[in-house]
Amino acid sequence: MSSAEGTGGIQVRNLQFSYGERPVLAGVDLSVGTGEIVGLLGPNGSGKSTLVKLLSGVLRPYGGSATLGGRELKDMAAREVARILAVVPQEPVFGFSFNALEVVLMGRHPHLAGLAFESDHDIARAKEALEKCGALEFAHRPVLELSAGERQRVVAARALAQEPEFLLLDEPSSFMDIRHQVELYDLIRSQADDEGTGVMAVLHDLNIAAEYCDRIYLLKEGRILASGPTTEVFTYANLKETFDTDVYVDVNALTGRMLVVPLSRKRKR
Amino acid sequence: MRTARKPLTAAGLLWGVAILSAVLAGSILAGLSAGGGEGGLKSLLFPGEIDDHNARRILLEVRLPRVLLAALIGGALTVAGAVFQALLRNPLADPFVLGVSGGASIGSVLAVLAGLGGTGAGMAFGLDGRMVFAFMGALGALILIEKIATVDGSMSVYTLLLTGAIFNAFSGAMIYFLQSIASLVQLHDIVFSLMGHVPSTGYGTVGVLAIGIVGTVLFLFFHARDYNAMTLGEEGATQLGVDVEKIKRRTFVLGSLLTGLAVSVAGLVGFIGLVVPHMLRLILGPDHRMLIPCSFLGGASFLVLADLLARTIILPGELPVGVITALVGGPFFLYLLRTRRTGHEFR
Repeated sequence: MSSAEGTGGIQVRNLQFSYGERPVLAGVDLSVGTGEIVGLLGPNGSGKSTLVKLLSGVLRPYGGSATLGGRELKDMAAREVARILAVVPQEPVFGFSFNALEVVLMGRHPHLAGLAFESDHDIARAKEALEKCGALEFAHRPVLELSAGERQRVVAARALAQEPEFLLLDEPSSFMDIRHQVELYDLIRSQADDEGTGVMAVLHDLNIAAEYCDRIYLLKEGRILASGPTTEVFTYANLKETFDTDVYVDVNALTGRMLVVPLSRKRKR
Repeated sequence: MRTARKPLTAAGLLWGVAILSAVLAGSILAGLSAGGGEGGLKSLLFPGEIDDHNARRILLEVRLPRVLLAALIGGALTVAGAVFQALLRNPLADPFVLGVSGGASIGSVLAVLAGLGGTGAGMAFGLDGRMVFAFMGALGALILIEKIATVDGSMSVYTLLLTGAIFNAFSGAMIYFLQSIASLVQLHDIVFSLMGHVPSTGYGTVGVLAIGIVGTVLFLFFHARDYNAMTLGEEGATQLGVDVEKIKRRTFVLGSLLTGLAVSVAGLVGFIGLVVPHMLRLILGPDHRMLIPCSFLGGASFLVLADLLARTIILPGELPVGVITALVGGPFFLYLLRTRRTGHEFR
C-alpha cells in the first residue's frame, strides 16, 4: 500500500509508553494507510490495547511520534481526533437507560456544536449504521438489557456513525458468534474498500486475521516482532516466538490464505 | 410498558420544560396560598377587596421569598445530583449521600463561628460568608471522597457510598462539637443548618442565590451532550471528543458550588438530588439536554411542596424540611439499592 508510506494515514515512529515504572511500549513503528486493514496480534499484556488507547488520545503523554493524517497526535484536541478516528472498544461501558439508537447517535457528538440536536441527517446516518451492523431490530431497546454480542454490534454502529477516516478495533468480536463475526468483518472490509477507511484491528483469532487483514504486526512485550502480509508473517517460528505456543501452520486449500491451528501442549512428541 | 422513545428534539425539550415550568408555577402558587397566619393568595390578587396590609406584607415579605428560596435550593441540589450521577454513572450519587452536603455544612458552621454569616454581621447585600465557606467545604469533601473511593484508577460504588456515609457521620460529629463551643446566638443558626430548614430571608439572599444557582445550572446545561457521552465511561467519552478532565473539573467545582449555596442557606436537605432525577429519567428518558433543565424545575417544585408541608403539617409549629425529604428519600434510596443490579450500570 503506497499510502502507508509518507505522512498520510496513521504513522507511528519509535512510540514509547509506560505505566509508571513499567514500560509497555518500547519503541513501536507502525503505519495504517487509507483503505487497508492492519492486524495487531500478540499475547495478553503485549501492549495492544495500550496502543489503541494512545492512538485514540485516551493515554497521554508518549515518547516518540504518532501522527494522524500528518498531524502529531499530541497537538490535537480530543474533539479533533474524534472527528477522524473512531474506536470499537473491547469492553464498552454504558450507563442509565439510553437505547441503542441514542447510543449510536452519540457517535455524532464530535460533529455537532454546543447544545445542537441531532438533525434528520444524523438520525438517518445512525439508523443506516445500525442496519449495517445488524442491530436495527433492537434500536429502541435499552443497551443495558442487550447481550454482550448485541452491545458490541451497537458500539460498532456508533463507530460507523462517527464517519471516521480511521477505525481502531480492539477485539471487537470477542462476544460474537461466528455469523456475526463474519458479518462484522465483511462490513469492515467493504468500509475499507468502498470508503477508504484505514483500519487497525487488535485480534486474537489468527484465522480471522488471515482472512481479512492486508498486513499484520506481531507485538510482544511492547516491541514489533514481525510485520508484513500474513503469508510472510504467519510462520511457525514467528508465531511460536510471539505466543510461546506450538501451532500448525498451513495454507487454506479453499482460500489460499494462511491456516493456523493451535496445538495442545499435551500432544507433544 | 416500554414504548419506542424518539431521539430528543428541540421541540421535545421545549415541551418538557414548558410542562415542568407549569408544575413549578402551580407549586409556587400552592406554597403562597397556604400557611400559618393570615395572608392567603387572595390578598395579593384582590388587593382592593381585602383591606389587610398585614396579610399582603406576610405574603410578599415573608412567604414569597421563602417559597422562591425553596425553589432555588431544591433546583440546585437536584441538578447537582444529576451531574454527579452522570459523572459517576450511578443513580445513587446525590450530594447528601456522597457526603458533599456534609462537607458544606462544616464550612457553613465554621463561617457562623467565625462571625462571617448567619443572623449576625457579615451579611452584605445578601452575600453571606457561609456561602463561600460552604462551597469550599463541599469541594474539599468531594475531592477527598473521590480520592478515597478511587482504588487503582477505578471507583467501586460501594466504597463510594460507604465513604460518603462515614463522612456524613464525621461531619455530624464535627458540627455537634462546634455547636458545643458556640454562643447562644450562633447555636440557633447551627441547629437549623443541621436539620435542613428553608428560612425566611430578605430578597437580597434570594437575589444572590438566584444569580449563582441559575447561572451555574445554565452553564452545566450547555455541557449536556458531554454528560450524555460521559455515560460511556471516561475512555468512551474521550474517544467521542469530550475533554473529560475539563468536564470532571467543572462538574466537581460547579456541583460543589450548587451544593454549597443550598447548604449555606438551608442546611442539610437530603435525597432530593436522588429522587427527582430518577423519576424524571423514568418519564423523560436519560438525555441530559432534557434532564438538567427539568431537574432544576422538578427539584424546585419538589422542595417548594415539601416546605409547604413542613410549615403546615404541625401548625402552629414547623417541621424541618430535611425531615420530610429524608422520610421520602431514605426508603427510595434503599429501594434503588435493592432493585438495581450491581452489574455494569453500577461500576
